[in-house]
Amino acid sequence: MDAILLQILNGLDKGSAYALIALGLTLIFGTLGVVNFAHGALFMIGAFCAVTLQKILTISSISIDPEKKDFLGNPMEVKTPYVESWFGEATGQLIINWSVPLAILFAIPVMLAVGYIMERGLIKHFYKRPHADQILVTFGLAIVIQEIVKHYYGANPIPTPAPDALRGSFDFGVLLGFDPNAVIYPLWRLVYFAFSALVIGAVFAFLQFTTFGMVVRAGMADRETVGLLGINIDRRFTLTFGIAAAVAGLAGVMYTPINSPNYHMGMDFLVLSFVVVVVGGMGSLPGAVLAGFLLGILESFAAMNEVKSFFDAIYLPSIDQIIIYLVAIIVLLARPRGLMGRKGVMEE
Amino acid sequence: MTLIKPTRRGVIQAGALAGAGMAMPTILTAASHAGYRNAPQGGSVTLGFNVPQSGPYADEGADELRAYELAVEHLNGEGDGGMMNTFMTNGSKAALKGNGILGKKVEFVTGDTQTKSDAARASAKSMIEKDGAIMITGGSSSGVAIAVQGLCQEAGVIFMAGLTHSNDTTGKDKKANGFRHFFNGYMSAAALAPVLEKMYGKDRKAYHLTADYTWGWTQQESIAAATEAKGWETVKNVLTPLATTDFSSYVAPVLNSGADVLVLNHYGGNMVNSLTSAVQFGLRDKQVNGKNFEIVVPLYSRLMARGAGENVKGIFGSTNWHWSLQDEASKAFVKSFGTKYGFPPSQAAHTVYCQTLLYANACEMAGTFNPCGVGEALEGLQFDGLGNGATEYRADDHQCFKDVLVVKGKDNPTSEFDLLEVVEVTPRAQVEYAPDHAMFAGGDLGQCNPGA
Repeated sequence: MDAILLQILNGLDKGSAYALIALGLTLIFGTLGVVNFAHGALFMIGAFCAVTLQKILTISSISIDPEKKDFLGNPMEVKTPYVESWFGEATGQLIINWSVPLAILFAIPVMLAVGYIMERGLIKHFYKRPHADQILVTFGLAIVIQEIVKHYYGANPIPTPAPDALRGSFDFGVLLGFDPNAVIYPLWRLVYFAFSALVIGAVFAFLQFTTFGMVVRAGMADRETVGLLGINIDRRFTLTFGIAAAVAGLAGVMYTPINSPNYHMGMDFLVLSFVVVVVGGMGSLPGAVLAGFLLGILESFAAMNEVKSFFDAIYLPSIDQIIIYLVAIIVLLARPRGLMGRKGVMEE
Repeated sequence: MTLIKPTRRGVIQAGALAGAGMAMPTILTAASHAGYRNAPQGGSVTLGFNVPQSGPYADEGADELRAYELAVEHLNGEGDGGMMNTFMTNGSKAALKGNGILGKKVEFVTGDTQTKSDAARASAKSMIEKDGAIMITGGSSSGVAIAVQGLCQEAGVIFMAGLTHSNDTTGKDKKANGFRHFFNGYMSAAALAPVLEKMYGKDRKAYHLTADYTWGWTQQESIAAATEAKGWETVKNVLTPLATTDFSSYVAPVLNSGADVLVLNHYGGNMVNSLTSAVQFGLRDKQVNGKNFEIVVPLYSRLMARGAGENVKGIFGSTNWHWSLQDEASKAFVKSFGTKYGFPPSQAAHTVYCQTLLYANACEMAGTFNPCGVGEALEGLQFDGLGNGATEYRADDHQCFKDVLVVKGKDNPTSEFDLLEVVEVTPRAQVEYAPDHAMFAGGDLGQCNPGA
């Protein structure tokens, strides 16, 4: 039972990332009709916002310590971050230590700007082009972004740890009456899940309870009629693209302590997130969230040794790698519009 | 109209002339190629450096390229000479003179393996066929090394492997034209197991997570056998796909498996991510079976360890070479590399630098670039002064035998490069195995192929 609970938690955690990326993807598809293969790159840019802020906060003054030697035997350079010089050692270290949560504030304007520039600069020229063209151009864009990031940050993962207070693990099982140490779960992963739930809730609330959101939803349902009412739907959709970019970016920022970010991390999530969108129903926001968590949990269960052994025995090896695609095939065969897709979409 | 009447003498003369004419191109070609592929023309010789310039191991590839450029500089008599000054073969100074190889200036071309076997083979093929590379070297993956080694065997050029740690490279997939300086999974395990026994005791239960490809399989087989011989029990081995990024689903079952050691047979990004997950799940703070839970990473890379940050502290593993070694050769190499580039070299840089010098020296010893002559010179070569102490290129399998370093993630690093500390230099005798050892069985070197 404790193993199952652990995998449910793992699934919710993975599902959080899938859901956040898929939410942005489906928002863009629903509003602009664009299949954005550069969405994984936006997730990666978000993660590198955290890396960049960490680098900014650790910009240091350099002094020479004649007592210490570097690897060549020369007097060693000692670096003291400016934030420690300005705010005192304790406060400076605290700021650096909390660089990942602080990066949320840094990433929001950066991601909105990146989304705006991407949409106005490139993607708007492809609105009336076939989906194949959109996929090609956005995929190409993703590769360009990847290579730029690799050029400046290198190919290796860059450690971006969580604040000390949120590192370590939490005895989740005790809360549910299990023995101590039976269900231990990393604290930051719980924070990630809570953060994702908050962002998803905020996006839904924004679309549901604001005039802007109402117009966007109306535009998603019938773009032409909204335009005929004299509403500049294009401007709102541009902003929507920015919001979708910011959601992916925030998912990336908070993901950095879970896995050290590298230039390729966006691609690792991209295909899975598309599957999530398709399973959830193209253009359906609740569908994207539901499918994200559902597939995350299924993927985690499939990685359990007992489950793998069972599927190995019935000649379905590596079930943990194929489960998501298997479910996608079944859903698409049984219900082409996806779990919560609108009738008629992807059914012709 | 005059008809030429054929005579017997005329036919014989014409036939001889035609035969000589037809033979002429063959004679010229054979002379110019001296019986082997891509024989150097003019005053230079071209080497092919096939390294990952894109993809997940691009940083290791970049470090390999730096080392290759340094080696070429030194071979051509530029720079401070690095390990050329310390390199000894068969008890005397190596044959390298600093005037290129066999008097020909060393030039190079590069290819991008992308850490994909097909891409690596394509780039090696292009360097051999279009650029006339006489030797191919490099790489940062066993899958790639085995693929390129096979290609070089078919093409008839020497392959001096870069970073490849699978037993198979000089085991079941060994080739006459291929040579490996880097150590392998068996050697890592043989060096590490006694240290693990000393540190953690005999009564241990190990859970393995293993990268699902040639290197992972052979590494796991080796470390499981070596630790079991010390009394450890292997509770479970779970294969993880190479593309895995989030290891939480694989780490979670370890918690309640009864194991008190987790062995991560992962390298590169896999290692960084699986180790990070294991630490996040509190494994290192756990007590199981009345003992502290421990994590082991059999193959370390400093470049990769940097990605794992503080998580590597106190974790044991092995490495082929480390910049902190204090022998004269290592110091000369670190000084040379560090002065040129501003940071110490990685083990990948070290092994490819050595391979380039070893190849050049073998050409000088053989007096030819002919792969068969070079191979013969390398086979059984005893050498020293390249940072690993006394070393031998064993003739039976083209594997280098030398001391192995057992390292530990440093508790208090003094700089961003100071991540690992050497805890033991395991002598060569302890990591040596018979050429027909079961873990290396099934292959055949075959005959050297000069390609012409």
